[in-house]
Amino acid sequence: MSKYETIIGLEVHVELKTNSKIFCGCSTNFGAPPNTNVCPICLGHPGVLPVVNHQAVDFAMRAALALNCEINRETKFDRKNYFYPDNPKAYQVSQFDKPIGEHGWIEIEVDGNKKRIGITRIHMEEDAGKLTHTADGSLVDLNRQGTPLVEIVSEPDIRTPEEAYAYLEKLKAIIQYTGVSDCKMEEGSLRCDANISIRPEGQEKFGTKAELKNLNSFAFVQKGLEHEEKRQREVVSAGGEILQETRRYDEASKTTILMRVKEGSDDYRYFPEPDLVSIHIDQEWMDRVKSEIPELPDARQKRYVGEFGLPEYDAKVLTMTKEMADFFEATIHSGADAKQASNWIMGEVSAYLNNEGRELHQTALTAEGLAGMIKLIGDGTISTKIAKTVFKELVENGGDAEKIVKDKGLVQISDEGAIREIVVNILDSNEQSVSDYKDGKEKAVGFLVGQVMKETKGKANPPLVNKLLIEELKKR
Amino acid sequence: MSILDKKISELHQLLHKKELNVSDLVDATFDRIHQVDDQVKAFLTLNEEYSRIKAKQLDERLVSGGDRGLLFGMPIGIKDNIVTKGIRTTCASRILENFEPIYDATVVERLNQADTITIGKLNMDEFAMGSSNENSGFHPTHNPWDLSCVPGGSSGASAAAVSAGEVLFSLGSDTGGSIRQPAAFCGVVGLKPTYGLVSRYGLVAFASSLDQIGPVTRSVEDNAYLLQAIAGNDPMDSTSAKVDIPDYLASFTGDVKGLKIAVPKEYLGAGVEPGVKERVMEALKVLEGLGATWEEVSLPYSRYALATYYLLSSSEASANLSRFDGVRYGLRSDNSDNLIDMYKQSRSEGFGEEVKRRIMLGTFALSSGYYDAYYKKAQKVRTLIKEDFTNVFEKYDVIIGPTTPSASFKCGSMTKDPLTMYMNDILTIPVNLAGVPAISVPCGFSDGLPIGLQIIGKHFDESTIYQVAHAFEQATEHHKEKPKL
Repeated sequence: MSKYETIIGLEVHVELKTNSKIFCGCSTNFGAPPNTNVCPICLGHPGVLPVVNHQAVDFAMRAALALNCEINRETKFDRKNYFYPDNPKAYQVSQFDKPIGEHGWIEIEVDGNKKRIGITRIHMEEDAGKLTHTADGSLVDLNRQGTPLVEIVSEPDIRTPEEAYAYLEKLKAIIQYTGVSDCKMEEGSLRCDANISIRPEGQEKFGTKAELKNLNSFAFVQKGLEHEEKRQREVVSAGGEILQETRRYDEASKTTILMRVKEGSDDYRYFPEPDLVSIHIDQEWMDRVKSEIPELPDARQKRYVGEFGLPEYDAKVLTMTKEMADFFEATIHSGADAKQASNWIMGEVSAYLNNEGRELHQTALTAEGLAGMIKLIGDGTISTKIAKTVFKELVENGGDAEKIVKDKGLVQISDEGAIREIVVNILDSNEQSVSDYKDGKEKAVGFLVGQVMKETKGKANPPLVNKLLIEELKKR
Repeated sequence: MSILDKKISELHQLLHKKELNVSDLVDATFDRIHQVDDQVKAFLTLNEEYSRIKAKQLDERLVSGGDRGLLFGMPIGIKDNIVTKGIRTTCASRILENFEPIYDATVVERLNQADTITIGKLNMDEFAMGSSNENSGFHPTHNPWDLSCVPGGSSGASAAAVSAGEVLFSLGSDTGGSIRQPAAFCGVVGLKPTYGLVSRYGLVAFASSLDQIGPVTRSVEDNAYLLQAIAGNDPMDSTSAKVDIPDYLASFTGDVKGLKIAVPKEYLGAGVEPGVKERVMEALKVLEGLGATWEEVSLPYSRYALATYYLLSSSEASANLSRFDGVRYGLRSDNSDNLIDMYKQSRSEGFGEEVKRRIMLGTFALSSGYYDAYYKKAQKVRTLIKEDFTNVFEKYDVIIGPTTPSASFKCGSMTKDPLTMYMNDILTIPVNLAGVPAISVPCGFSDGLPIGLQIIGKHFDESTIYQVAHAFEQATEHHKEKPKL
């Protein structure tokens, strides 16, 4: 049996975070009551005309530049014709042959191997409304209609589902960094469709592709592709033929399910939108947008290694989201040691966020608070163990680490006399452990340390406790 | 002479001297409508109650000496493809039979600011597709000069109502001749402004890259008044031009000495009836007598204009009319039990034959595999047609020819033959493709039916068109003729 190669291309829709819609002044606020963020224009009433929201063009251009695209200096909108109840004009204003950006790329890393994935194009378009199907019929909510979107189409450069996952992670990070979108899949501000086909290794021509839909998380994209890759291989191995299909990922069965077989391609009858004039992007405009792009994840990652001496791994994890990276840098600027800050953010902070399902800005934690705490550990005021208590307070109620330590009496006990007194008492009341120790059972020390810490409510300086325990045990 | 025969400037003087009030004018208007509209059938909707209330309000302002807009107290009829908040707007289509817009078109807002009174909404060919008003989804409108003849189209009722003295003036829309051809057929003055001069916001789109709203009046002077009120940049319309609007009345010098006129040989060639040609030649003599000169020129690509127009306008229309799907407003068929059938049935029942023909034509022209041969090629030819005009305007101030190849024709005589019907617009269509402005003014009669003289100007040079049209009007008596109703 010949070996097969998998070919994957991704189409990602990203909602742009403008205040108003792309062709009218309605709010883009998410979660408003149905059909309240609407006007004659986005309702597609007779006689209305679109006017381009230049913020949306700025944002799309920013995203295009961040994805290393060439900008089309003469870009225009086109009409894409199709009937559907969520599409009030029965055409979507999109871009066809002059998208705002083309020929871009991003770099991904899988198992330590770096690879460039090409970006065919990024174009602007308006989002459609939302349908809710009920027993009595379907309901149309046009709040989302007209929200600006960019569609980012990758080259068929992706070879594995893991690469697809890495591509999405990287794409999301870059777009988030540019500040043009939240990229929240759960709110629909980032949506992904995947095209996948297989071909015998060495063959130039692409195989027939299937399009995967209903991929509601990056993990589902990967799982859906894994399943589809397997399915296609099995079909071909069994002598079958791959059909041009649209399939949906089913979370419950972790498989893909046939929606429809496509015959030929849909004819959307694109033509230039006559209600809008083409947009000329001059050097000045492009330069301004370029200057608005902040340092992107790859550049930051490099800087963290060079400037802060962080390991590659730390630098990569910390720069995955702009929020995290900004927080890290603010922590350092508030005086924390870089490696310590990195350890805390990648450790306790991330664990807390994961457990609580929150994002940094949804907690009370401040960079100053975290830096203050790290400084207190550094100068021996608190132990790492005590720090966990302080951290809990900081992340839940905020405040100043030093003040928390003082108010709660959490200052580390480093007074040798005081600790020795407690150690002696503990040894006196734990004779069994003492004799275990004498019998060579080193484990007993751990138990005794625990008892001392319990007695001091964790405030005793741990190395000191260890030292004094050994000393006192040896005396017995 | 009825007060309805007076010009805006004359009426304003009477109002100013308190010899007339607005209510009198509105009453006279409705009297006339009730008297003749049974025969002409120009109106689809009358706005009588509101008009009388607004007239009273304006009369109070007249007494109190408050501000008066440019068209203070003037009754106006509006073509039914221009949306009017709270007043039924049908586009003469069954699919919008009961549609009440939730906003006013920009031109309607501007008219309101100018203190006009919207008397009612005027019939038309459905969605502005047609040249005879016989494509109205409700009833045809008749030509006041001969009720057995058509008033032209698609703004047939806009011209007929003005011609019959039912309203002082009206708004029409012109995509391929829809203001000028009916103005010619009904013996009134109709201007298709430069594309981009008047906002299209609120004009129900037929062919977005060609549509323009324009004034239909009895005199050139009134025409300029009305254009003055509606022209100018609108931020709601991205295709609206950012140009300074001149004082159009300042161009009424009566002087055309030294003016260079181009007469395209294609506009007086085969297919143009002798009666029409004679009137145009007479008109040129009049202008010569006033000191203008004319020479024959050529617009070589105009022979492709009709084909180009039908490809482009139908393509745009096929998309523009897709929103009438029965989902949110307008007719929804009861004869369906699934989504696709609802679309099909609603559109089948709601649209008339000509509209369906153009939707199919446009859908075909945009289809994959045909796009390059039809739509794209038509766009290229459009550029060539535009260049034809640019070339002529390098040497000449205006282009003059007939508005239509013939005078009006009998109702029903062409309905079975759409291609012959399309030929009606052969002399007006190139103007829309080029985006330049043009006016039709009365220049006499042929067998008792009015003939229109078309004066075409440079982009945004409506002033020169008015200058010529006004000088011609003042030198002739044609505009004083009125239909006997």
